[in-house]
Amino acid sequence: MSELQLKDLYDGFRDPEIIRSLAKQITTEAQKLESPLRIMEVCGGHTHTIMKYGLPQLLPDNISFIHGPGCPVCIMPKERIDHAIALAKMENTILLTLGDMIRVPGSKTSLAQERAAGYDIRPLYTPADALKIAKENPDKKVIYFAIGFETTTPMTAAVIKQTIEQKIDNLFFHINHVLVPPAVDAIMADGKAKINAFIGPSHVSVITGAKIYSPLPLAYKTPVVVSGFEPVDVLQGILMMVRQKVEKRAELEIEYTRSVTMEGNTKAQTMIDTYLQPRDHFRWRGIGDIPYSALELREEYAYLDAEKLFAELLPTEPIDDHKLCICGTILKGLAKPMDCKVFGTACTPNTPLGSCMVSSEGACNAYYRYAGVLE
Amino acid sequence: MCLSIPSKVVKIDTERNTAIVDTMGVKREAGLDLMEEGSVAIGDYVLLHIGFIMNKIEEEDALESLRVYREILEKMDEEERERVVIEDDNCENRGNS
Ligand code: SF4
Repeated sequence: MSELQLKDLYDGFRDPEIIRSLAKQITTEAQKLESPLRIMEVCGGHTHTIMKYGLPQLLPDNISFIHGPGCPVCIMPKERIDHAIALAKMENTILLTLGDMIRVPGSKTSLAQERAAGYDIRPLYTPADALKIAKENPDKKVIYFAIGFETTTPMTAAVIKQTIEQKIDNLFFHINHVLVPPAVDAIMADGKAKINAFIGPSHVSVITGAKIYSPLPLAYKTPVVVSGFEPVDVLQGILMMVRQKVEKRAELEIEYTRSVTMEGNTKAQTMIDTYLQPRDHFRWRGIGDIPYSALELREEYAYLDAEKLFAELLPTEPIDDHKLCICGTILKGLAKPMDCKVFGTACTPNTPLGSCMVSSEGACNAYYRYAGVLE
Repeated sequence: MCLSIPSKVVKIDTERNTAIVDTMGVKREAGLDLMEEGSVAIGDYVLLHIGFIMNKIEEEDALESLRVYREILEKMDEEERERVVIEDDNCENRGNS
């Protein structure tokens, strides 16, 4: 499909009438705010919508957005990308992962570059294909490099379950699943970003239920509104938080009632819990080490754990970002992409220096595409 | 932006624990592993994420979203439609985060 048709398709969801009237309503009600509203949208999908529809320009000056760490590709530290590359370079191995992950630069190369160099690295449409590929290649080691937040974790758990049930003995897992709440806590504890409201991720919440955010309003006195991805959803969410602020409330509310409940998908939650457990530590790119912020395979499934089985091949030293890249500062809500010296020059989506430029969920990528840089 | 197009369940394979779903005319297979046994029936509307059914949606909500999507998708030919629908399911904006 050509770019133009895709654009037409998206434009159909941009009902200018509703968007404008919601923005007007927010502007009116925001006059009653005692202090500026600094909203963090945790999820990269929201960052994308906010930039694509130019929401900051539609809203009054006392409402601003801080783009959060909710892009799984953006927070992956280089040493873990190096893990994937080291695994892919083992003899007789097929390395599988999802989407944009293959383009993120590690310390020297990306998975995409290694694939071009001849290693068998395949991006998957669904992790279920890992089972198929393992069965079709019984004489090879097949490794699934699993990434993503709570939304994508249960699918990995389902594949682990089937690997065990079907007694597939050549499929292994390198788990990089990360958790939203500890990351949000780390940013709030740091305090510098001065965030006073959250847009809660929608699809993460379909799985986990909105309940995972219930500590936030209590701990930090911030409204949290779980909102859908359409621009109208985001604006409605903002209106709900403006009202909370004006009425001096700090509550957890759900805007996206079409799909999100308080409890979420309990079967998926149990499935995750059966196979995975919190990791003591996980280093987030740019943010640093956050305790219990990611998952790993449970001890009894160590025989499926590529990180343990091939440990001697995998680098353990943390590897920092490119000197010029300020992704970390952006992920913490302390800078905008334009503050980066190489934004749009040395670093573009085709030649990404940092991870925030790779995925369409990344703040730098969204700014590059939609903030008028190209015009 | 993700469209989150609702899909309709047209067939269930209890043996493999999968369903065939129809997303605006595009048919494909989706895993039922994350849904309680027997909770998904033929005719239900569901949301997919990377090849698995993630939740059910009320028929009323589903039909309302489908109405909007249909207007746009109708203008496309078969091949285009298939690509859009599959891209939507795979959408990393909603997906991984
Ligand atoms: S523009 Fe590139 S180098 Fe600069 S912060 Fe963003 S990803 Fe990093």
